[in-house]
Amino acid sequence: MRYTLIYTASVLTTTVITILTLYYVLTGKGEQISLAWFLNGVTPYMWASTGIGLAVALSVVGAAGGIHTTGVSIVGAGVKTPRIKTKNLISIIFCEAVAIYGLITAIVLCGLFQQINPLKMSEKYWATNQMGSHIIFGAGVAVGFVNLFCGLCVGVVGSGAAIADAANASLFVKILIVEIFGSAIGLFGLIVGVYL
Amino acid sequence: MKGCLFNIDSGYLEGLCRGFKCGILKQADYLNLVQCETLEDLKLHLQGTDYGAFLANEPSPLAVSTIDNKLREKLVIEFQHMRNQAVEPLSTFLDFITYSYMIDNIILLITGTLHQRPIGELIPKCHPLGSFEQMEAIHVASTPAELYNAVLVDTPLAPFFVDCISEQDLDEMNIEIIRNTLYKAYLEAFYAFCKEIGGTTADCMCENLAFEADRRAIIITINSFGTELSKDDRAKLYPRCGKLNPDGLAALVRAEDYEQVKAVAEYYAEYSKLFEGAGSNPGDKTLEDKFFEHEVRLNVHAFLQQFHFGVFYSYLKLKEQECRNIVWIAECVAQKHRAKIDNYIPIF
Repeated sequence: MRYTLIYTASVLTTTVITILTLYYVLTGKGEQISLAWFLNGVTPYMWASTGIGLAVALSVVGAAGGIHTTGVSIVGAGVKTPRIKTKNLISIIFCEAVAIYGLITAIVLCGLFQQINPLKMSEKYWATNQMGSHIIFGAGVAVGFVNLFCGLCVGVVGSGAAIADAANASLFVKILIVEIFGSAIGLFGLIVGVYL
Repeated sequence: MKGCLFNIDSGYLEGLCRGFKCGILKQADYLNLVQCETLEDLKLHLQGTDYGAFLANEPSPLAVSTIDNKLREKLVIEFQHMRNQAVEPLSTFLDFITYSYMIDNIILLITGTLHQRPIGELIPKCHPLGSFEQMEAIHVASTPAELYNAVLVDTPLAPFFVDCISEQDLDEMNIEIIRNTLYKAYLEAFYAFCKEIGGTTADCMCENLAFEADRRAIIITINSFGTELSKDDRAKLYPRCGKLNPDGLAALVRAEDYEQVKAVAEYYAEYSKLFEGAGSNPGDKTLEDKFFEHEVRLNVHAFLQQFHFGVFYSYLKLKEQECRNIVWIAECVAQKHRAKIDNYIPIF
């Protein structure tokens, strides 16, 4: 089922791109499309909004994947060893923290987002705005991707922690240390985002 | 990444399987069991382990065969629970594991039918994990060829028959040769399936299956000394998915006695170690015991990695070994012959 969907999506995308490219090339409008056209034409709003959107979206995807991975293992291992269920919620909280980092970044970035009127400003002001929007985009993307992978990582480690805890109660704290390092990666992303 | 993708479908079952594995008897439990004087003591000690009160409803006096049946029943319940919850490709994997029991059951039923035993007597002796719907219908056919056309072609084992046995062969072949030919086809199909899954599952399972293939080749060779099995026939029974393929197998075909088999094993580091300590003197372990020990070690290693299907296979094999151990100890206790009671294979 997954493969048919992926296959259909990729075939569709390729067809659309081919048709568009051929249209532009054959009607002589090919030179219009260039990187400069793209960078100038897109408003700063779009860059900034995309950045903020990606920050929160990718963080949540990472956190969700992580929570799923850990949760499934806790449920499985908890059947024979019910004592692990409360302690292992700590792993889930670590994953959740990742989503919160993304949320904080998005809120902070939203605070910097202001309305501008492109017609009534000087060239220098426009350039600063462009740079500002690109920075917001960069910060958002950085935080988003970092949190995506951090969430998945903490999830996989948390799953191992649950199973190890079920086998031997003294192992949980040691594996928690590994999870803390994983969480630290997410923090790096947050720092970079806020700094930008 | 692969951890998350694995856990979507099989995370719960892996956690469950590992929970079951934690309940496998440890060395301390075995030490307790070995000190039992009667079977009632044994039952009491088993109550304190993961088995719980599984023998509670049995009338005394307890027989070893009852213990054996009950142990197997518990294992079957656990396996069926996992199988019922599995999706592809784990469900195919678990099905492949049951095919070996199906082969044993079919051979048992064919032999029984050939000796004119009533079907009602044979069905309870079949292994429950290998049951399939057409089991009752086996006694309808009178010759093996008819049996294949009418009954076996609908079972999941049909491809194994097709690969290696034609209709004429079924009539003439000895039943043990049928069993070994089927098992060879099954092992090779299972090996190909695991390789196709790839990743950690392939790494772990292919080790186990390669050892199983080589072990069968060596046992077939040793058992065929002194029988009228020709060397060509013997070569057709060796599974090709092990480490001995192709040079070791060719050498085994030419072997004529135990010493030559041992010489072939010298070329392979793991197998030469197994032959070293084995012998027929009292106080030595037999070759079979050494094979069992090696198998247990490979299966325990499967639990060191996460996110693969090998844990299910290894869990089943280790539980079976535990059943064999408990039955061995129970027999020694029941017959009050405690000399060899320590000859069980320790698992953890």
